[in-house]
Amino acid sequence: MSGSVTSFIWYLGSAFELAFVVCSIARKSFLRYFFLNLYFLLTLGTSVTRHLILSSYGLYSAEYRYAYFYSDALLTLALYMALISLYAHVFGELRFAKYLRLTAVLLLMGTALFTYAVVAQSEERLSTAFAYELSQNLYFVGLVLTYILWGAVLKLRETRTRLVQFVLSLGLYFSAYAASYALVNLATKSSAVYFIAPLFGCFLPLSWTVTMWRHSDESRMAPAQLVAVPR
Amino acid sequence: MMAAFIFVVSLATLLMFFVSYCRSLMASSLRHTLSKEVRDVTGIPASASGRDFAKIMQLLQLCPERPDDRTDLHSVEIYYGILGLLEKTIARFMPALHLWTEQERAGCANFAAVILDRRIAFSREILAQQGEF
Repeated sequence: MSGSVTSFIWYLGSAFELAFVVCSIARKSFLRYFFLNLYFLLTLGTSVTRHLILSSYGLYSAEYRYAYFYSDALLTLALYMALISLYAHVFGELRFAKYLRLTAVLLLMGTALFTYAVVAQSEERLSTAFAYELSQNLYFVGLVLTYILWGAVLKLRETRTRLVQFVLSLGLYFSAYAASYALVNLATKSSAVYFIAPLFGCFLPLSWTVTMWRHSDESRMAPAQLVAVPR
Repeated sequence: MMAAFIFVVSLATLLMFFVSYCRSLMASSLRHTLSKEVRDVTGIPASASGRDFAKIMQLLQLCPERPDDRTDLHSVEIYYGILGLLEKTIARFMPALHLWTEQERAGCANFAAVILDRRIAFSREILAQQGEF
């Protein structure tokens, strides 16, 4: 039962990811949102690789364990780059791009060093533990960065509908993912919580595909409509 | 302890992003003028109030669905539910919050009315196409 549910969620997520790439090519926005597309292409590639390794070596093999954790770290890095590309879109007109890249690299290096410092103290196998911890820490950094980006969107009175929806969807995704990770740690005995994170994984490609399909780059919205408390 | 803290913080940011997400969906309906037909069917005079939402949702179930508005409508329905819960609990003791929830609920009802308007137009199109054959 759990195997079929996992497979269903996996196929569903892959279909949405492919839909986003196809949709952005059809809407002639592939290069404009290159890093978002790159993330989904990497996710698709990772899914196929994991599936092949799983069928060859089995779920409890060291090969699958390595492939899973390293590909997870790679995907988190790709998502981090996608987030920074959204920053570049929002701050692009303010000529902040150079400082933005520098800050992003410094933050990434800081997270990696912090993770290494934490993992080096444990007696676990260093390489897989590092990949796992790096993923988790980057998710948390991603959540904080998305929150800051959302603040900037409101402050700068961003009007581009597509960009606003992309940032909001990413914020929802990061928050839901972080909450589900925490829930897994809180309720390890309940098997239902293990399906929550993959289900949220389907949300991001679905939401971005809908946004890409429905809104053009020229679509605009009034920034005042986004602020929950009227000013 | 740390997991519980992360869980609470994540839920708070999730709620904040969800509210903004729903508001961005509802923003598209603000410029839409409701047709006379929808106003007659729903009994909404000029702008919808929060209490109209349930009635409009019932009417929406009678219309054929348009695939592109289904997910948006579900999101706004959840948002309306959260606002209702807020109104029945904390907002009772805070007049400013009560006013805000009522405005938001009216926005949800207006969004649903716009979807109803579009679905009626969609049904008309289908009927017209069938009539051509």
